[in-house]
Amino acid sequence: MKANAANATALATVASAPPGRSLWSDARRRLISNRAAMAALVLLTLMVALILVGPMFSPWTYDYIDFDGDWRAPPQVEGLHLFGTDQLGRDLFVRTLVGGRISLMVGIVATLVSLLIGVTYGAVAGYFGGRIDNMMMRAVDILYALPFMFLVILLMVVFGRHLVLIFVAIGAINWLDMARIVRGQTLALKNREFVMAARASGVSNARIIRRHIVPNLLGVVAVYVTLTIPHVILVESFLSFLGLGVQEPATSWGALVNDGARDMEAAPWALAFPAAFLALTLFCFNFIGDGLRDALDPKDR
Amino acid sequence: MVRLALIRLASAIPTLLLLIALAFFMMRAAPGGPFDSERVLPPEVQAQLEQAYHLDEPMWKQLARYIGGVLQGDLGPSFQYTDFTVKELILQGLPVSMQVGLTAMLLALLVGCFAGTVAALRQNSLTDHLVMGLAMTGMSVPVFVVAPLLILLFAVGLGLLPAGGWQGGGLRDMALPVTALALPQIAILARLMRGSMIEVLNSNYIRTARAKGLPTRSVILRHALRPALMPVLSYLGPAVAGILTGSVVIEQIFGIPGIGRYFVQAAINRDYTLVMGVVVFYGTLIIAFNFLVDLLYGLLDPRVRAS
Repeated sequence: MKANAANATALATVASAPPGRSLWSDARRRLISNRAAMAALVLLTLMVALILVGPMFSPWTYDYIDFDGDWRAPPQVEGLHLFGTDQLGRDLFVRTLVGGRISLMVGIVATLVSLLIGVTYGAVAGYFGGRIDNMMMRAVDILYALPFMFLVILLMVVFGRHLVLIFVAIGAINWLDMARIVRGQTLALKNREFVMAARASGVSNARIIRRHIVPNLLGVVAVYVTLTIPHVILVESFLSFLGLGVQEPATSWGALVNDGARDMEAAPWALAFPAAFLALTLFCFNFIGDGLRDALDPKDR
Repeated sequence: MVRLALIRLASAIPTLLLLIALAFFMMRAAPGGPFDSERVLPPEVQAQLEQAYHLDEPMWKQLARYIGGVLQGDLGPSFQYTDFTVKELILQGLPVSMQVGLTAMLLALLVGCFAGTVAALRQNSLTDHLVMGLAMTGMSVPVFVVAPLLILLFAVGLGLLPAGGWQGGGLRDMALPVTALALPQIAILARLMRGSMIEVLNSNYIRTARAKGLPTRSVILRHALRPALMPVLSYLGPAVAGILTGSVVIEQIFGIPGIGRYFVQAAINRDYTLVMGVVVFYGTLIIAFNFLVDLLYGLLDPRVRAS
């Protein structure tokens, strides 16, 4: 079903192109030839794999406190503290990877929340148009100007730290951009022949949005999602850095960077490894997002 | 132009009111109150106090009173620093925060626009790839990672600059915090500037300017720079928001006595009024700045004025 709708767009946009080149295969070809994006994709895959399976191969757990005095041990192969230990003697290799799980999970879940709200809102506003669109987008304009970062901090202060609250708060910030982008695309899509055909054959509005509009938005949405995930990871790290994110002994990259920064003269590795993982992940996502945008950008075609 | 100003104002004011209302209701939802103490107050005294602070009035009246207070610059007393009002604390930190923030903003604009223009002029060259690679790195390394790394390098390692503190706000105090604060914005501005400059350089009037034999420098400065700066101008609002948010962390890390540091301390100490006051203050600043940028945009771009 998705493929059919995508083919319809491809036919409508590149009617003069040689046959057998759909929008998606075209985009895939461009993406594969983008060396920076592919390198980022490989690196990111490796890091995610390490984050998922790495802790299983270490004899340590993320919350094991060493009372025998193995505090601030530098990175070493013997004792299997590959990234060293922190001021409590906890193994930083495992903590960095487990913190990565939290950071990535927040990034993905909160992005999905914003995706769900943003696509629904934007598609409805764009599809119905007129006064409904006007009102819905005016509301977005007003919300857009709010200093959300400060409100999220306020939220965490007032209601206490809670992982679900982080998802909701961050997701609630990011849907605005998504709604704007999706609305713009929907406005262009809704006058296309295949939408008219669907309407003429009596398909309901909800079904048209779900089956004909949304599948055709996947390109823009994919680009936006890859650029939102690093942003969300950054916001979560920011909160954790301020001491408002996840709670000890659970951890995330932001919390680890915070701990490491406090202790950086005695144990610079406690700052270096989490900071490097965080920066590399953001770097990879940004490169992949840029590559995807270049691959799918209709202006370029 | 007046019409444009009125339209923009019509969206800025509800935003401001919404912000204040959100702050107000979150404050009410917060556990604890201003009169909580070890000593249990007799009910009559409690009632007296509540009456004195208008806590016995209906919610909407309290909200209206709070909005009225905020509009007059009254943000209430601080829970933590009981001898000060929130307004006094904010005004105390404001000069230092402004000094750091404005310098960072200026630095980001100058360096970002320059780097972006250079990259655009040498599109796809080694310089371009280098600048864009650096910009991507700048975007991916958060402020709170840059700051400790700078301290590690310049204060702990080389011993050139102080690791923190504020002795009158000289150049030595400012160097590291301002750099850390400006770097991510430099990265974003450079990418933005490169994109818009490339677009402008491909336009017909630039080709004309070049064809009539103008040297590259005056093509850039006289013809290309102004239109290329328009997207940068519209990014100024988010940039200010970014710098203010970043300053919260930067002031904490470097021990700078500005508003941001109060904010973190207040958040940790659950000093609700102070946190709220800073949110309202910074929020108003950002909203007002967005409004000004919108107006400036209309002033500089006749197409916006017409529509």
